Amino acid sequence: MGEFNPNAKGLLGWIDNRFPLSKMWNEHLAQYYAPKNFNFWYFFGSLALLVLVNQILTGIWLTMHYKTDGALAFASVEYIMRDVDWGWLIRYMHSTGASAFFVVVYLHMFRGLMYGSYRQPRELIWIFGMIIYVALMAEAFMGYLLPWGQMSYWGAQVIISLFGAIPYVGDALSEWIRGDFVVSDATLNRFFAFHVIAVPIVLLGLVVAHIIALHEVGSNNPDGVEIKKNKDENGIPVDGIPFHPYYSVKDIVGVGVFLFFFALIIFYAPEMGGWFLEKDNFVPADPLTTPPNIVPLWYFTPFYAILRAVPDKFLGVVAMGAAIVVLFLLPWLDRSPVKSIRYRGWIYKIALAIFVVSFIALGYIGTQHPTPTLTMLGRTFSALYFAFFLLMPWYTKLDKTKPVPDRVTFKKH
Amino acid sequence: MKKMTIKALAATAMLMLAPVAGFAGGGGNLHLDHVKIDMGDKASLQRGFKLFANYCLSCHAASYARYNRTASDLGISEIMLKENLIFTGAKVHSPMKVAMPAEGAKDWFGKTPPDLSVIARSRGTDWLYTYLRGFYLDPKKPVGTNNTVFPDVGMPHVLWELQGWQEAAERSEDGHVTKLTLVEPGAMQPEEYDAAVRDLVNFLAYLGEPAQLERSRLGPWVLLFLLVFSFVAYLLKKEYWKDVH
Amino acid sequence: MANEGVDLKRRRFLTAATTVVGGVGAVYLAVPFVASMQPSARAKAAGAPVEADISKLEPGQMMTVEWRGVPVWIVRRTEQNLNDLPAMNSQLRDPDSENPDQQPDYCKNINRSIKAEYLIAVGICTHLGCSPSYHPEMGGELGADWKGGFFCPCHGSRFDLSGRVFQGVPAPTNLRVPPHHYLTESRVLVGLDEKGAA
Repeated sequence: MGEFNPNAKGLLGWIDNRFPLSKMWNEHLAQYYAPKNFNFWYFFGSLALLVLVNQILTGIWLTMHYKTDGALAFASVEYIMRDVDWGWLIRYMHSTGASAFFVVVYLHMFRGLMYGSYRQPRELIWIFGMIIYVALMAEAFMGYLLPWGQMSYWGAQVIISLFGAIPYVGDALSEWIRGDFVVSDATLNRFFAFHVIAVPIVLLGLVVAHIIALHEVGSNNPDGVEIKKNKDENGIPVDGIPFHPYYSVKDIVGVGVFLFFFALIIFYAPEMGGWFLEKDNFVPADPLTTPPNIVPLWYFTPFYAILRAVPDKFLGVVAMGAAIVVLFLLPWLDRSPVKSIRYRGWIYKIALAIFVVSFIALGYIGTQHPTPTLTMLGRTFSALYFAFFLLMPWYTKLDKTKPVPDRVTFKKH
Repeated sequence: MKKMTIKALAATAMLMLAPVAGFAGGGGNLHLDHVKIDMGDKASLQRGFKLFANYCLSCHAASYARYNRTASDLGISEIMLKENLIFTGAKVHSPMKVAMPAEGAKDWFGKTPPDLSVIARSRGTDWLYTYLRGFYLDPKKPVGTNNTVFPDVGMPHVLWELQGWQEAAERSEDGHVTKLTLVEPGAMQPEEYDAAVRDLVNFLAYLGEPAQLERSRLGPWVLLFLLVFSFVAYLLKKEYWKDVH
Repeated sequence: MANEGVDLKRRRFLTAATTVVGGVGAVYLAVPFVASMQPSARAKAAGAPVEADISKLEPGQMMTVEWRGVPVWIVRRTEQNLNDLPAMNSQLRDPDSENPDQQPDYCKNINRSIKAEYLIAVGICTHLGCSPSYHPEMGGELGADWKGGFFCPCHGSRFDLSGRVFQGVPAPTNLRVPPHHYLTESRVLVGLDEKGAA
């Protein structure tokens, strides 16, 4: 609570007496001290925020023309693509943005894995982040129904049927989710409500919580050194630099480069060879004909591959859920005395490499028609995926670590 | 570690660029002839539009596309459009609807002929090119013809006057027709017919996404702008980071 | 951190340059969002000129066609109606149609029409957008000296049979005459001038 300052001058002074504008600016930007040794991997947090803004803006504009009706939805998307001035650009910004969101979020999460950003005292940042990730998956899944193409329809049908695997209540639950015996107009309407209102509100709240938690404890860095332990006479971390202007100008460069690749896809390959917009989704939803190969979009396929790796319907769903839940537990599974991969031994480095390979391989297997070989590989990689987490308490303790320096490593550039 | 992660990223990128096998509906391992799509070839697009209006629009609609937008994108005047390309009496700004009632079509062909607005996006242009050249005589079928890439298709060989009639010459072990021979020539030489189908498929590719003309016109400018912006922002970042030791 | 030897001029210039380039980009980015809210191709198609066949219209009758979602009246006036018009002038706000927004130049005459008999006007009250009703009868409930015209039920605005607004009513201007021209003796195209202006 600031005291009323009768000498405050100008508009800013007037506002500051009534709203903590300068205070917030300083706390979160001009006097928020971030470690000076951030590298490439630290661009993706601000980029995720950028993509979120992109999705919200383009989403609002799409709802101005989209029709939430099983009989009209498909046509209304084509209407946006053809009859609405610039509708095609706004739609591609949204569809490409959905995939871009997962690209940056996956890279952002991988950064956390490499540098131990989830470790004490940043467990809550990680938990908030994981909830954001889960909300994002729900958001993407429900949004994908809206174009009402064959993939939208059958993808939703398959995923909702997963809930049918839950004993006793499963069938009733899937019916309740759909609001009908099959995916129908009722499902489309409620998914629209969740996609454009409910989940975005939750996402925004979570993002604020994620950032508040981050600014409370301060950012981690590639060395995993706590910069707050080493402060100068003014109480400022010696390895810290104000976020603004140093990281704001740096992030702007990241934004420029990111937008370059983003525009490259929008203007030259909006379908991204079937990865961002699937061929079968250019056929209107038909409840009587299933397309020969139903594949979720690429960002879900690792989990889809884990689902298919288990030969039992219920246990498959459990395994898929567990693959996500286990990520939440990461802060408590990791027993290494150091945070960053820079000071860990070879065991963790190999484990992380195996994990990355498994995740990508599962993602690929999830897009393919299951053959015996692929099913075998799917099981192997699923086992490796879980082994990375479940064995972590042991191998991180065994691992031979290097001493962590007092100061961050930084080369002037 | 850094190298390893970069390699992993590269591997992901490679996976993403690899064509997604089996994504195309209608069987994965059929051989499709490749067709070169060229949105810059206005003459080809115009010929394709003419074929489309003459042969396709009598049964198939393209109800998301409008006549006047299509004509102006292809450099066709409104008078030309009215006199040579609109046969249903539709107004120039209307969508390309079909004169035939949907119910009647269902009786005649077993199902309503699909809307062709986005057919190039769902089937792919190679598939369309192969399909339109793949009709052969098959007395077992109600329409008297069959197709190499779309077995038991309900659509008759609408372009027979141009191509003539083909017969199955070779079959693979699993019964797919792999080679066709022309048994009765049509009004066109085989090369002429291939070229005509290419024009038609080129037009269908346009029809699937009219915005692609605007997209490719605008793309270079947006990218150029972002390069300039990134460069200026980089200089600014460099300047500020001189402070950081 | 050390701030000695900072080239403030260069720093200011680069900050300004980034802001300007970024600002230009933001403005360009706003264009699609703003433009997408304009009438779409579908709306334009629905708003295309409409043809009306007036061959069956008897003197004293009115027909309505829809153009851009609004009613457009076509009234065939009687000889008597046309003769009554000049006498109305003293009661009107804009008897000579001086307001150029309310009719094309070729309709700036006492009949406010191309052909004297036929009034073609947008049937939307210039006050708050209600659609007035047609009262061709003389006298009656609208007063003994009513010579026929239009009466808006919402706020009581009155217009004569040329769509000219009376004094002392809420509507500020005469009814709008849309661009139109005659294709033949009995076919009129509403929404487009002979010159092609919409």
